[in-house]
Amino acid sequence: MLSQKTKDTLLGPLNTNNPVVVQILGICSALAVTVQLKPALVMGIAVTIIVAMSNVIVSLIRNTIPMRVRIIVQLVVVAALVTLVSEVLKAFAYDVAMQLSVYLGLIITNCILMGRLEAFAMTNKPWDSLLDGLGNGLGYALILVIVAFFRELLGAGQLLGFQVIPQGFYDFGYENNGMMLMPAMALILVGCVIWAHRAYNDKEAK
Amino acid sequence: MKFNTNSNVYTIVYSTIVVVIVAIVLAFANQTLKPLQDKNELLDKQKQILGALKVDYKGQDPALVYASIIPAAEDTLHFGEKEVYVAHLDGQIKYVLPLTGKGLWGGIGGYLALDEDKNTIYGVNFNHEGETPGLGAKIVDIEFRELFEGKHIRNAEGEVVSVAVLKSGKRAEGQEQVDAISGATITSSGVSTMLHEELVNNYVEFLKIEEVQDVESED
Repeated sequence: MLSQKTKDTLLGPLNTNNPVVVQILGICSALAVTVQLKPALVMGIAVTIIVAMSNVIVSLIRNTIPMRVRIIVQLVVVAALVTLVSEVLKAFAYDVAMQLSVYLGLIITNCILMGRLEAFAMTNKPWDSLLDGLGNGLGYALILVIVAFFRELLGAGQLLGFQVIPQGFYDFGYENNGMMLMPAMALILVGCVIWAHRAYNDKEAK
Repeated sequence: MKFNTNSNVYTIVYSTIVVVIVAIVLAFANQTLKPLQDKNELLDKQKQILGALKVDYKGQDPALVYASIIPAAEDTLHFGEKEVYVAHLDGQIKYVLPLTGKGLWGGIGGYLALDEDKNTIYGVNFNHEGETPGLGAKIVDIEFRELFEGKHIRNAEGEVVSVAVLKSGKRAEGQEQVDAISGATITSSGVSTMLHEELVNNYVEFLKIEEVQDVESED
């Protein structure tokens, strides 16, 4: 159904070319919003939408952009989209917008966006750029969700706000790991994910 | 038609057009979504006030519940820049005082519900902009807020002294206290300072008038 190239563009970033664990982009926000699953999911979705849309827009106008100010034009496109998304969230999902607070605005500084625009959208057709944006956004979201899953589970004993570790465990002296709530632990978890990812892919390659 | 995309004129014209288009799109979005956003903000405030009054609005429209407890605009007392909401809860009067202060990373705020004696804390609700999740952010949790219930903001002589938030083991002089959140010293003392500032300094007029009224008559 999809040609090999299309498949690579869309699915590559989920695994072999993952923006977070392979290209090591967008780490800062991965640390900030992964204390709980819900904001991580919303952040992942928001970034996916913004990368995909800005990729398409920049790809559409790529031949008209003056080379000397191309980064500025890309930035304006991204900033406009981020502002739009944050306005829409404030109107339709106020709680989530409050929870993401400053990190929503900071999507602008997420290196994945500028990285994809500069490396892909500037030289590729809109359809491919859309797939590339979706792939990279989802690749980013995937890592966020994995990290948030462990942080919320081990740090608060909850998933998506629901208690999953039974009270009985606590009665026997089990305690939530407060370390998991600190950003430093997210970095260590991202490191673990990179480790597991490399180990798995090395084995595949052999 | 083919422009030289590297010429100065092209670059300047191009940038101008891009910025103007973006400005129009954003202004339009802002104008269209503003009513919805304002509604959300108001609803959020009402929910917080209901939280301070310990009203359970599960399964009901919080706006309607709010309107039934704080029915009209005249139920808002103004003291300079400060406002006090008068709530009618099961035939009793409760005063709700909005609070603002500083936490560790940003602003904190809340609503303090007082009994009619303007002394006993009926309930309290806190919010924050960006306190550390799992530490300072715990001020919004019911476990922390419950500590305030039943505490008195006045000392035995009737002076307003606020309630202190202190590490367990420490004792406050001449005022009642609640335990701070362990690991969140700065946020906890931010709450303590906020309560003190607001009650002792900013709401002095509201809290004082009552004493005069007591002596004279109810009108």
